[in-house]
Amino acid sequence: MSVLITFIQKAIGQAVPILFGATGEIAIEKSGNLNLGIPGIMYMGGIAGLMGAFFYEKSTSAPNGVIGLLISFICALLASAIGGAIYSVLTITLRANQNVVGLALTTFGVGFGNFFGGSISKLAGGVGQISVATTAEAYRATIPGLSKIPLIGPVIFSYGFLTYLSILAAIVLAFFLKKTRIGLNLRAVGESPATADAAGIHVSKYKYIATITGAAIAGLGGLFFVMDYMGGTWINNGFGDRGWLAIALVILALWNPTRAIWGSVVFGALYILYIYIPGLSRAIQELFKMLPYVVTILVLIITSRRNKKENQPPASLGEAYFREDR
Amino acid sequence: MQEDLAIELKNVTKCFGEVMANDHISLSVRKGEILSILGENGSGKTTLMNMISGIYYPDSGTIKVEGNEVTIRSPKDAYALKIGMIHQHFKLIQILTAAENIILGRKGPNRLHMDQVEQEISELVHKYGFELTPSQKIYNMSVSQKQTVEIVKILYRGANLLILDEPTAVLTPQETEKLFDVLRNMKKDGKSIIIITHKLNEVLEISDRVSVLRKGKYIGTVETKDATLESLTEMMVGEKVVLDINRAETTKREKRIDMRGITVKNKEGVKVLRETSFTAYSGEILGVAGISGSGQKELLEAVAGLQEIESGEILYYSPEGKVEKISDMKPIDIRNLHISLSFVPEDRLGMGLVGSMDLTDNMMIRSYQEGKHFIANRKKPHALAEQVVSELDVTTPSIETPVSRLSGGNVQKVLVGREIASNPTVLMVAYPVRGLDIHSSYTIYNLLNSQKIQGVAIICVGEDLDVLLELCDRILVLNGGEVTGIVDARTTTKEEIGVLMAGSRKEKKANA
Repeated sequence: MSVLITFIQKAIGQAVPILFGATGEIAIEKSGNLNLGIPGIMYMGGIAGLMGAFFYEKSTSAPNGVIGLLISFICALLASAIGGAIYSVLTITLRANQNVVGLALTTFGVGFGNFFGGSISKLAGGVGQISVATTAEAYRATIPGLSKIPLIGPVIFSYGFLTYLSILAAIVLAFFLKKTRIGLNLRAVGESPATADAAGIHVSKYKYIATITGAAIAGLGGLFFVMDYMGGTWINNGFGDRGWLAIALVILALWNPTRAIWGSVVFGALYILYIYIPGLSRAIQELFKMLPYVVTILVLIITSRRNKKENQPPASLGEAYFREDR
Repeated sequence: MQEDLAIELKNVTKCFGEVMANDHISLSVRKGEILSILGENGSGKTTLMNMISGIYYPDSGTIKVEGNEVTIRSPKDAYALKIGMIHQHFKLIQILTAAENIILGRKGPNRLHMDQVEQEISELVHKYGFELTPSQKIYNMSVSQKQTVEIVKILYRGANLLILDEPTAVLTPQETEKLFDVLRNMKKDGKSIIIITHKLNEVLEISDRVSVLRKGKYIGTVETKDATLESLTEMMVGEKVVLDINRAETTKREKRIDMRGITVKNKEGVKVLRETSFTAYSGEILGVAGISGSGQKELLEAVAGLQEIESGEILYYSPEGKVEKISDMKPIDIRNLHISLSFVPEDRLGMGLVGSMDLTDNMMIRSYQEGKHFIANRKKPHALAEQVVSELDVTTPSIETPVSRLSGGNVQKVLVGREIASNPTVLMVAYPVRGLDIHSSYTIYNLLNSQKIQGVAIICVGEDLDVLLELCDRILVLNGGEVTGIVDARTTTKEEIGVLMAGSRKEKKANA
């Protein structure tokens, strides 16, 4: 029983960064931008949050967890928003190829994270020596009392606030897309920018705002990983391929943020399943790590077989919009 | 300045490079009237309307709306002046509902209550007598339903002046009637309507006045009640033209295609052709009539080998006297027998031509497999492209121009011209004159007739019954995938075909 509870807790721990990434990417893709820079942007968000907290804790003798949390939170948002802004300028204003820019941004972002991660490790005195314990403690704080309830406590109430924020963000985005006028306009931009343009919607503005906001949301995934999951330290390439999982999750969720919530838990569980099955050889473990991708491919096959129009990617995804094109 | 003018244009001019698209055009629309703008392809009708709706900006001239001089720089400005245009290519988002498309980009409370919006739209729909379900998704709609959405969208935005660009080009006669009823209702409500068209019958039926453009110049405006088919044609073309289509008479007729009991199912498993049988002869034009979507496309594609056939067989009798069962053959082998299909779809470019490639390359699509060299021979296709351009009078800056830059009529000429150039023994054409003006249409009719004289078996799917009656030898009528009759075009009437189109089976088949 306790193994199962731990498994669920760990799976949710894996799910949160993926969910942040997927929610951000859905917001971006709904505007017609296929941002493959998300993995890099999540690295940027993570390292920026860590640096914010690190320098704050270093500058004062008695650091306050809440202030550290606020500083790192804002740093993470800013850095990932800048990543989104770079992508936006290149693809929206300069109409560069989205795939190329996205992949370049991922390469850049991972390098950015590892470079500054290495730099502050050096300042801290060596690899793995970075510690922002006070801030990390604030991120990991749970609601007193509730987490002590047997069974429900550990499964539902044992997480830091970012976990709940990730779910909230997904729900808010779903509501926004479905039930608001701006959300409708945004979907129109992603489906057919020419039509949206003719209807008087400012296409570039929508694309910019969606892409930058989406990037900022995705960056929180990196922040969660560094602060909550890792407890406030940095390992080069520690974030791994979770950014790509986030993009895969967008497809698995069929561009629906609420579906991404349970999808992220499924991904998280599959991601660490190999640890909880005893007696697996290294080779078999690697096969188990493939599972999230296998599931994504299966979902792709099933949905393309069903061919339901609503489950398709936004029609203009990946295409730059230029009004005078014929 | 009269009070009752909805819009007045004075000396409006627009140039594209060297071309004078509109040369000092002055015209006006009264409140509560329907004005037709008549002109051949390339006469500048659409350009003129695009200036009113804010897509283009005039080089010179003034536009007055309800007596006040205005500047229209964008579609938004036009909306603000209560002017709305329905384009030939609909601007709708497939996965959204009609209601969502209608409110797109509109200001209003950010929280959407779709049931309220749908209620409002339903009221508008009832007021003018449309048929529309606001919660229906666009991708489930027929062309005429999509057009309805476009019109309602503009009315919902409060337009008082509506511009419709060739609204009937894609409609069946019944749908056209419905549209005209709605337009009359809107007129009664005091809305002004401009219809761009080149269909003379419709001009006479619906409009109050007609303004005619020719080659970018304004020719004149007449009251419809004083106009006749002949007088309008003369204004439009600038010379008297004979409106009769010649039906070439041929004597030598041989069996070419024999379709026997063909059944075809579509992707959803619905039978789109049921037990269809017919025979096509050389030196004859077999017309195919029917409400759109009755199986016309599938019929031609079955012959061309592009449809998976459920049951039945198709036989081909070659001029040399050989009999081949083409229902078992691959499309490429069927084409090598000189059975050629030229399908002009609703969006013209969708099948058969690649928009971003130039004329030569598009000619090569048919012939790239010829020859044994690794490197394709571009000389022949180039020559063919030049031949098509000169023979069919295609207006294009050069052979190297991407096809998507040509106007619709010219695209069609290229498509039909290429098929004819492949020296077919069986030529199948669908909607060959869709959206074409009179001159271009007649070029195509003449082409078909000359092919017929050369002994080609022609199967022609058409939408204009008058044309089919004059052009064809026999007419096959389809209803829901079934052949309801094959009639002799010389003796039948429009009414008889109409009854067959509606589905009552003709017991005794003529000639079949």
